[in-house]
Amino acid sequence: MSNLGQVRTMAEMSAAGTSPEVLFWVGCAGSFDDRAKKITKAFVQLLQKAEVSFAVLGTEESCTGDPAKRAGNEFLFQMQAMTNIQVMNAYEVKSIVTTCPHCFNTLKNEYPGLGGHYEVMHHTQFLKKLLDSGRLTVTGGSFKGKKITFHDPCYLGRANKIYEAPRELIAKLEAELLEMKRCKSNGLCCGAGGAQMFKEPEKGDKDINVERTEEALEVQPEVIATACPFCNTMMTDGVKSKEKEKSVRVLDLAELLAQAAEL
Amino acid sequence: MLAYLDNIVFALLLAFGIGFFSRNIRKIIRNINLGKASSRSDQPLARWKNMAMIAMGQSRMVKRPVAGFLHLIVYIGFVIINIEVLEIIIDGIAGTHRIFSFLGSFYYFLIGSFEILAFLVLLAVIFFWTRRNIQKIKRFWNPEMQGWPKNDANLILYIEAVLMLLFLTMNATDVPFQLAQHGNPISGWMAPWFASFDADTLHTIERAAWWLHIVGILFFLNYLYYSKHLHILLAFPNTYFANLKAYGQINNLDSVTKEVALMMDPTADPFAAAPESAAHAVPEKFGAADVFDLTKIQLLNAYTCTECGRCTSVCPANQTGKKLSPRKIMMDTRDRLEAVGKNIDANRGKYIDDGKTLLNHYITAEEIWACTTCNACVEACPVNIDPLSIIVDLRRYLVMEQSAAPSDLNNMMSNIENNGAPWPFNQMDRLNWKDL
Repeated sequence: MSNLGQVRTMAEMSAAGTSPEVLFWVGCAGSFDDRAKKITKAFVQLLQKAEVSFAVLGTEESCTGDPAKRAGNEFLFQMQAMTNIQVMNAYEVKSIVTTCPHCFNTLKNEYPGLGGHYEVMHHTQFLKKLLDSGRLTVTGGSFKGKKITFHDPCYLGRANKIYEAPRELIAKLEAELLEMKRCKSNGLCCGAGGAQMFKEPEKGDKDINVERTEEALEVQPEVIATACPFCNTMMTDGVKSKEKEKSVRVLDLAELLAQAAEL
Repeated sequence: MLAYLDNIVFALLLAFGIGFFSRNIRKIIRNINLGKASSRSDQPLARWKNMAMIAMGQSRMVKRPVAGFLHLIVYIGFVIINIEVLEIIIDGIAGTHRIFSFLGSFYYFLIGSFEILAFLVLLAVIFFWTRRNIQKIKRFWNPEMQGWPKNDANLILYIEAVLMLLFLTMNATDVPFQLAQHGNPISGWMAPWFASFDADTLHTIERAAWWLHIVGILFFLNYLYYSKHLHILLAFPNTYFANLKAYGQINNLDSVTKEVALMMDPTADPFAAAPESAAHAVPEKFGAADVFDLTKIQLLNAYTCTECGRCTSVCPANQTGKKLSPRKIMMDTRDRLEAVGKNIDANRGKYIDDGKTLLNHYITAEEIWACTTCNACVEACPVNIDPLSIIVDLRRYLVMEQSAAPSDLNNMMSNIENNGAPWPFNQMDRLNWKDL
C-alpha cells in the first residue's frame, strides 16, 4: 500500500515559506506501531481526499509525555512538553489534529499551562467538520447496513466529553450503530490508559480488555469501531482471545471512512 | 424553679448536643487545614451552579434510578422534617406545645406533609436495608466494607427508622392533635393502636416520644462525625470546590516547571548560589506520601465520602479482580487523617511522627499501579469526589521521590528520555509509516 500522496513536514513547508491549515500530530503509536500506522495512513488519505493542507512534524515530533505524566513522572512529562512546545511555537502552529485521544487530551488540556496554546482537535471531530462543510463526502459503501458498535476511548469521552462526533461518523456510513451496555459517560475502559499499555496488569481474575471485548461481542457487531490506537490494540487482542477475529473486525473510524470511500 | 425544670433540662441538652457537635466540626476543619492550599475559588457562579445541580438537585444520584429515587425521598424528608425540629426546639425552650399551630390550616397541612414524608422515609430505609443485607448488592460487600463500615451503614438506617417512628408515635398519642382530625394522615391511622390507653398514659407516651425524638436528633447530629454520614453537610462545600476543568486534565506541578525551565535555559548558571531566601527553605516534596502532602480539597473529599461504592462498582481494575478500590482510597485517606488528628490531640497540638504514612501503611503501591486513569470513579461519584487525583499524587511520590515505578514503566520512561517514544524506536524512523 503505497498510494499515499505527498506528506510534507513542517520543516519543508517552512523552508518553502508556507504554512499548513493544520498540523497532523501523528503520535508515537501512529508512527511506530504497525497496526496504528494503518490508521495514520487512512487518516492521511482522507485529508488528501478533502484537499486539506496539512503537515507533520516528522522526526521533530516527540512523545507528548502523557504516559510519563500518568505514571507519575511529572519531570519527564514537562521536559517533553516544553520541547514540543518550543518546536511548535517556532513553527507558529495554530491548529492541531491527532488520531490519538491521549495526545489530544495532553495537547489540549495540559500544554496551555506550559505555554502551548493551540486549537486541538481529535480526528473524529476534524473529519466530522470536513463532512459537515462538504469538503469530504463519504457514503456508506461497504459498511451500509453493517452492525457497528463504538468503544468510547476514556480520554475522548469522560476526559473531554466528546461522545457525538464519532457516532455521527458512523451515521454517515449508513451503518447500524449498536450501543454496548456501558457506553458514553458510562463506557468501560479498554485497560490501556494511565500508562497500563506499557506494563503487565496487577494480579486479578481477568484482563480488562477481555471484559470489554465480551461486552462488545454481546451486541453481536460485525465491526468494533475505535477512535484510539491503544483501544484498538486492546480490543484486537480481546477479539483474538475470544477467537472471533474471523467474524468481528476492529477498525478505527478513520479506517472505516477511508474504506467506505474506497481509498 | 421546679416548674421550669423541663425547659432547663432541654436547654442544657440542646447546648451540650450542639456544643459537642461544633467541637467536632472544628476538629474536621483543623484536620482539613493540614492539607496544602488549593486554588479552587475561581468561577463562583459556575461553582454555585454545580452545587445547586449536584448537591441540592441530586442530579448525579438519580443516574441510578432505584437508589436515586429512594435517596431523594430520604433527602427531601430530612430537609423538610427539619422545620418540625425548629418547632420542637422552640417548644422545648419556651415550654409551649406546638407553637406553630396558630398557623391554623397551614400548620396541619405542614404536619400532614411531614407525616407522609416520614412514612416514605421509613419505607425507603427498609428498602435500603434490604438492598444491603438481603439483596447483598455487590458494592456493599467489597473487602473494605467488612466490620465497622458495614455496621455503621446499618446503624444509620436504624437511627433514621427510629427517629421517624418516634415522630409518628408522638403525633399518634397527642390526643388534642388527633381530635383536630387534620394533618394526621399517618398518625391517624396509628392512633387506634393506642386506643386502650388512658389519657395520662397517652400523654406520657407522647412526652416520651417527644423527648426521645429530640434526643435522637441530637445524638444523630453528633454521630455524623464518627460515621460515614458527614456527606449530608459536606456534599455542599465538596461540590462547590469540585474540579470544573476537563476530567482528562491532570494538574501541572509548578515546582517541576521551575526546575525544568532552569534545565532548559541555556543562560542559566549551574553554579549560581541559591538565593538567600531559599537557603533554609525545605525543598518541596514531589507528589504525596501522606495526608499533609494532599490538598485541602482532597482531604475534604475524604470526609465527604459516604462509602456508597459507586466509584468502585465502575472501576475497571476492581471489576477485574485487582486490589484497587477507589472507595478504599477515600476511606484510607480519611482514616489516616483521623489518626493524624488524634495524634495531634494527644500531643498538645503538635503532630509527632508515628512512623506511618498514607502510602504503604494504608494504601499499597499495588493498588495505585492498577489504575487506568479512566475517570469512571470521578464520573460516578454523586458528590464530585476525585479519587484519581490522590492516586496520581501517590504515583508521583513513588516515581519522583523514590524511583519506585514498576520496571516495565521504567523501561517506558527511559525510552521516552532516550528516543522520544515509549517504545525503543529510533526517533529518525518517525516518518517511515509514509513509505510502507
